[in-house]
Amino acid sequence: MKVRRMLGALGVATVLAPLLFPLYWMVMSSFTQEARLFAAPALVPDALVLDHYRALFGGRDFWTPIRNSLIVAGATTGLSVGLGALCAYALARLQFRGKTVMLAFVLAVSMFPQISIVSPLYLLLRELRMINTYPGLVLPYLTFAMPLTIWLLVGFFRQLPAELEEAAAMDGAGRLRSLREIVLPLAWPGLATTAILTFLYCWNEFLFALSFTLGPERYTVPVAIALFRGQYQVPWGQILAAAVVATAPVAAIVLVAQRRIVAGLTAGAVKG
Amino acid sequence: MASITIEHLDKVYSNGHVAARDLNLAIRHGELLVLVGPSGSGKSTVLRLIAGLERPTSGRILIDDEDVTGVPPERRDLAMVFQSYALYPHKSVRENLAFGLRVRRIEAAEIRDRVQQAAATLGIEPLLDRKPAQLSGGQRQRVALGRALVREPRAFLLDEPLSNLDPLLRADTRAELALLHRRLGATMVHVTHDQEEAMTLGARVAVMRDGQLEQVGTPLEIFRRPANVFVATFLGSPAMNVWRCSCAQTGAGTRVAYRGLAVDLEGTRNLFDQDEVLVGVRPHDIGLVPPGDADAVGRVEVVEPLGATTLLHVRIDGMAGRAARIVVPADGAVAIDDEVAIRIRRDRVYLFDERTGMAVTPP
Repeated sequence: MKVRRMLGALGVATVLAPLLFPLYWMVMSSFTQEARLFAAPALVPDALVLDHYRALFGGRDFWTPIRNSLIVAGATTGLSVGLGALCAYALARLQFRGKTVMLAFVLAVSMFPQISIVSPLYLLLRELRMINTYPGLVLPYLTFAMPLTIWLLVGFFRQLPAELEEAAAMDGAGRLRSLREIVLPLAWPGLATTAILTFLYCWNEFLFALSFTLGPERYTVPVAIALFRGQYQVPWGQILAAAVVATAPVAAIVLVAQRRIVAGLTAGAVKG
Repeated sequence: MASITIEHLDKVYSNGHVAARDLNLAIRHGELLVLVGPSGSGKSTVLRLIAGLERPTSGRILIDDEDVTGVPPERRDLAMVFQSYALYPHKSVRENLAFGLRVRRIEAAEIRDRVQQAAATLGIEPLLDRKPAQLSGGQRQRVALGRALVREPRAFLLDEPLSNLDPLLRADTRAELALLHRRLGATMVHVTHDQEEAMTLGARVAVMRDGQLEQVGTPLEIFRRPANVFVATFLGSPAMNVWRCSCAQTGAGTRVAYRGLAVDLEGTRNLFDQDEVLVGVRPHDIGLVPPGDADAVGRVEVVEPLGATTLLHVRIDGMAGRAARIVVPADGAVAIDDEVAIRIRRDRVYLFDERTGMAVTPP
């Protein structure tokens, strides 16, 4: 029995080690002096220094990309959950022609490879004078955020018993009232899950952010990190420190909400 | 309070299922009407049509002589109690009751008073701050009723409100509901599949089958003068015995007979020689007699003591199919496999047309 349990633990460790090691290495290296990074790799470092973090926030002003990312990801999340909830509710509950076609269309839109729409989007945004602006990122982000939220939320709304809304109607509440007071409060776990997932997508997005921004004042975190590399040297220490800074909040959100996210994903999958 | 009138109402679902067929029904001001029928008979659909939760395919619905066919449910000012109760799970009992009043922009002070009053009426005051998940089935049922009550609507629509309660509680609540109706003088439409509930509760009972109204009348009318064989067998417990008999004219009247059963009826009853007819007799209207006076003899197959009475299943000689059901006093004199002789009360014999099922002549 004991042997079997130990074997099990060993198995789990074998699977987890390759997954977690890069993360560990990233965190350790971000605390290691630049000079020692390639000199003497060691699993347990002998000295931890904050040089890279100081350089990151002192010299490079890493706050700007963080602020940009927060604004863009936050705005996209807010808009897509707000609008998506209305769309999803309509698709889940109202009777109208072409509902299935519309849902399929929404899904199809999200299937386009991002790279295929970068050029047309670029031209469009240039015409609209939105290159290197926040709306210039939020709008393209909505193209993948909206289908995601709509599909997730349709599943959530369909799960809610229709009788509750019928009861609200009998109580004299119109559609919007019943949406606000009955449906949305009951669907909030779904809304939260959707918001978190959308936020993660936007936080990590690279291609659009790279294509539609021009200067450091609008770079988002992934773009800023990618463009750390100078002409003659790659500041690995700072890149890793930035990666840690970018990963930490996301990891924290996921760890706190992981149960909800999993429940949300499966709920959407089974009932949607 | 209001009267509700249904005119030529049809409801056909998109899959072709006909849930209501040319329904006409007038529910009077302050009346408690019970819609009863087997599951799938369309009774709940009728309720939902009145509520406005479903749109009729054709026909009209009038509340107080005003056509509301196109009016959405939120503007009909009716209250509904759902079978599942449909309480708002995220709101406390108090908020559940107050919601309908808040939507109507009634003053906070008045809402408080009315909620308090409704809660007192139903004895749910101690529950006001709980959430529905913390309530028992019976308590939830009361809250659902309270949510309707507090609104003081034009009419109450009750969709099998008692079916999720255990039998004892159901009987109590049924009596309370009747009392409540008397006190409020409110128009109520109560849907149930339970014929006993329909009989005890309704001032008038409407029997439905396959989307059609079979008969509307007081419980006693329907029990004593069923319009057809379906109504006759659906209402009354244990269910009526029905035999397919052939008629023969005798000197004084008509004899209906099938295998080992023969009953002489007075008068011709509009029947002729060789006519086939369905003969219905309620189990209470058959008695055990000495062999000389018998309409039939048979063997007891099953004895079901019901308490004050005993239900016998008697296999009449030569008859296949369902055994005859007979209710006798519970004196324990009859046992399984006993040979018994039975006699039918002549004034309680129901005759139905063999093809249409319609009553031939009421007894």
